[in-house]
Amino acid sequence: MSIDKNQVKKVAKLSRISLDDKNLESLSNDLASILKFVEQLNKLDTNNVKPLNSIVDKSLEPRKDKVNDGKIKEEILKNSPDKNEDFFVVPKVVE
Amino acid sequence: MSDLNQNTLSQIANLIKTKKISSLEVTKFFIKNIEKAKKLNSFITTCFEKSLKNAKNFDSKKNYNGLLPGIPLAVKDLFCTKNIKTTAGSKILENFTPSYESSVTNNLWSEGAIILGKLNCDEFAMGSSNETSYFGNAINPIGKNLVPGGSSGGSASALAANLTPATIGTDTGGSIRQPASFTGTVGLKPTYGLCSRWGIVAFASSLDQAGPMTKNVEDCALLLEAMSGYDPKDSTSINKKKEQYSKNLNENVKGLKIGIPKEYRIDNMPKEIDNIWNKGIDILKKSGATIVDISLPHTNYALPTYYIVAPAEASSNLARYDGVKYGYRSKKGKNLIEMYENTRGEGFGREVKRRVLIGTYVLSSGYYDAYYLKAQKVRKLIKNDFDESFKKVDAILTPSTPSSAFKFGEKTNDPISMYLNDIFTVPVNLAGIPAISIPGGLDSKGYPMGLQLIAKALDEQTILNIALTMEKAINFKNSIDRWWEK
Amino acid sequence: MENDKFNYFIKTEKNNWEVIIGLEVHAQVVSDSKLFSGSSTKFGGKPNTQVSLVDSAFPGMLPVINEYCIEQAVKTGLGLNAKINLDSIFDRKNYFYADLPAGYQISQYKNPIVGEGEINLDMPYGSKKIGIERLHLEQDAGKSIHDLSPDNTYVDLNRSGVALMEIVSKPDLRSPEEVNSYIKKLRSIMRYLGTCDGNMQEGSLRADVNVSVRIKGETKFGTRCEIKNVNSIKFMEMAIDSEAKRQVELLESGKSIDQETRLFDTKKKETRSMRLKEEAHDYRYFPDPDLLPLKIEKSFVENLKKKLPELPDQKKDRYIKKFNLSPYEANVLVSEIDVSKFFEEVIKTSDIKLAKNWIIVELFAVLNEKNIEIKKSPVTPKNLAILINQISSGNISGKIAKEVFDIMVKTGSSADKIIEDKGLKQQSNPEEIKKIIKKVLDKHSEKVSEYKSGKVKLFGFFIGEVMKISAGKANPKLVNEILKTELKK
Repeated sequence: MSIDKNQVKKVAKLSRISLDDKNLESLSNDLASILKFVEQLNKLDTNNVKPLNSIVDKSLEPRKDKVNDGKIKEEILKNSPDKNEDFFVVPKVVE
Repeated sequence: MSDLNQNTLSQIANLIKTKKISSLEVTKFFIKNIEKAKKLNSFITTCFEKSLKNAKNFDSKKNYNGLLPGIPLAVKDLFCTKNIKTTAGSKILENFTPSYESSVTNNLWSEGAIILGKLNCDEFAMGSSNETSYFGNAINPIGKNLVPGGSSGGSASALAANLTPATIGTDTGGSIRQPASFTGTVGLKPTYGLCSRWGIVAFASSLDQAGPMTKNVEDCALLLEAMSGYDPKDSTSINKKKEQYSKNLNENVKGLKIGIPKEYRIDNMPKEIDNIWNKGIDILKKSGATIVDISLPHTNYALPTYYIVAPAEASSNLARYDGVKYGYRSKKGKNLIEMYENTRGEGFGREVKRRVLIGTYVLSSGYYDAYYLKAQKVRKLIKNDFDESFKKVDAILTPSTPSSAFKFGEKTNDPISMYLNDIFTVPVNLAGIPAISIPGGLDSKGYPMGLQLIAKALDEQTILNIALTMEKAINFKNSIDRWWEK
Repeated sequence: MENDKFNYFIKTEKNNWEVIIGLEVHAQVVSDSKLFSGSSTKFGGKPNTQVSLVDSAFPGMLPVINEYCIEQAVKTGLGLNAKINLDSIFDRKNYFYADLPAGYQISQYKNPIVGEGEINLDMPYGSKKIGIERLHLEQDAGKSIHDLSPDNTYVDLNRSGVALMEIVSKPDLRSPEEVNSYIKKLRSIMRYLGTCDGNMQEGSLRADVNVSVRIKGETKFGTRCEIKNVNSIKFMEMAIDSEAKRQVELLESGKSIDQETRLFDTKKKETRSMRLKEEAHDYRYFPDPDLLPLKIEKSFVENLKKKLPELPDQKKDRYIKKFNLSPYEANVLVSEIDVSKFFEEVIKTSDIKLAKNWIIVELFAVLNEKNIEIKKSPVTPKNLAILINQISSGNISGKIAKEVFDIMVKTGSSADKIIEDKGLKQQSNPEEIKKIIKKVLDKHSEKVSEYKSGKVKLFGFFIGEVMKISAGKANPKLVNEILKTELKK
């Protein structure tokens, strides 16, 4: 499997990253060589291997159902590049 | 005032405790050093006013109960610090000031430490040379044109130049150990889950781990003790009693079995690294340890595995940087989607884009099984290799890096050659186990080279003890002439 | 009865089309705090006041799971007779949207907390089992508000991170009526369990509906369309009907169905395509590395099982057996937990047969007319019981009782007080009744003669006159007896 410019475009779209043509070209080359590098894994037969789904040997530790957070509207909105008194403000969502 | 450039963290702590020196004096000393070291570009943000205020405050209260009484410390700019700008080395967080303090830094301040500032690093900790930072390269005090390693490059640079008596970094694939190796300092990546990840800007959640970077092993034990501990706010934090690494530190390695993995003798590795490794083996033999040849058969697959798992997690972790809640927002774009694309296109640097794109690709439909799932299976095999080995040995000794520090620009055009730098450090992250890098010696250019000791999960004490023993025998001295002050 | 047979097919000149429906219900878990953070889940708070740093995805923030939400999901699973998975995994579902702060939703993909189960529906044509495919826990998103500004969208994250259960049915439903019944039954079960309040207006219960059609007798499924987020049962029924007809028209005109997501336009009463770009569907699920696999102890499940309340089906069986109710009556009384609570409260102190009739006939009429829930009934269970006891003890007649009930509805006061104030108590003193009867017979002596000469129909006339004079309060049974005796004299 190798990656072409169209696929990189698609992935960039999925990642919500704008790429101009120059960047698209050079990043496509980078990605192709990285993918070629990681495809070394194909040499290994892993049919009977269970994937690792946690590196820590324990189960989730839940917390109690207590309301002890929130009520920090100013703190939440403070860093936003565009907000008003109550809301985050973003460019119109076009459906 | 004494020349604190010669003193370690533990020594300074003792000087303060025995009232030979005040926290304010120490703080002023390091501030002066930092001000003289602008050329190194180790810092992204300093907060001296706060440092001096806190030092005075400490001196007036004189509470010597903490492990780090009145000690000024700078930290990697990946740790969120309350009311102090936190950038992760990225344009997209250039003006982000958290309202909260990461658990790990909070632990340091609770032990009496005082913040000096925030240290340069690769953007979102993605890099092995500090060259991906939006704020420019941090420079290796060993030489003007040398990289300090990465991603905790600013941390290593500041530590080696004595701009901070010790520091903390994060290690996802070698980001503490590799820069430690490049700067002749000590760096430890703890067991995954030993230090809380809460409040650390995430790169790859299943690999990220904060750890100490210090001048010697004693300091390393002290700082690890101060920063580690269970945190209910991090679901992956290990719930266990805090260890007393300092108190339990000793040089007794007699009877320990040390594994030497044959897979770490790679092609084209400089002879000098081999020599330093052999020297380390000799020291251990002389100290009464038994050397055992072992095999970690899937070592070669660690890097390819890493470069699937880490970007995959990163592509998701970095989705929150979208210009809505905080950070940079592009002015371009008529609608929400265009705003996203321009914000992220302009806000992320090239290496970050590379990894986000790779990560998105390997998780996307039709490719998940071939890449991500495959990598998680191989990761299991790599972990099994270590599990098997630790049935036979107490620790494993390897070189930390396949080369000493390289020059700026030397590897920037070829991502793979840059990635290869992490070949010895990455397997440890994949297995979630602890490893320490200590200076092993100098190469012919006079650049430091590190040796890495690896232990099974939660066995930091064993590698600290072995490291202490080796440190004494190696008696490493960095040759730094403080050129930047001239 | 022919009418009671299942007969929902789209009939055209050429064919009889069967409609296949599957539901994905999103039910908000009843909990005080969110699934992965300690902010409040209360409905209707001021914008962005129920948001933590975790809910707004600040750098370095991490999720910690709410144990009560796990318990609620397991309870719901047990209520659906479903398999509880002791090992489950939380995954990230990745997509960008203004009200999704992290750029991913924490959900469960391949390993949900609850596996296969079933729900039993009581349809007019008999009972029908609907399979449950799975139930999983996930986070809700925030809210994008598009109509407060012409150029911008406003984002409120109060709902961001609230726990939802996504309950996926098998494609076992075959008509809007079955969907109606399914949603109500599911809601009823969750309300019995206290795991979801089922309030569709507040969005605590939403559903995506999958619809496909096939010619009757066919065994293969057709291509389905998903209708997103229909927020009332009525609209759901309309949406299914219009979508099924649209698909039939397309297929009969030789066209094919595109598998796509559609929206129901409540004004035009039809569905329309959301025209999503193909890439929008690539959610790149992978296990959330910030969370470990969730392991549930078997004993935890067993304990919950023991503490499980009586559920609608069991309660119905009990009502039929113990109270001698018809299946229909039992069904009506158990379908809403609040109705059954009301009923059980009333019969604590009053007659069961009268109670069920008064609730099903009189009370329901009032509630329907006023469009209110039984919880807000102007007549409390206690007051209804008092009224019923007045009837059983012969203090008032059924007719008077209706009068009293009307006043109770209007004023909310107790039956005793109304009867007392208005002097409505039944006249049961035989002497008093005899006096009235004598008065009536004296007044209508010629009618008495007619009666005695054989015009027995006049008996009713005398009764009417007696009741008139007593203002309806005379005990009818006594009037009857005494009148008979007096007329014999």
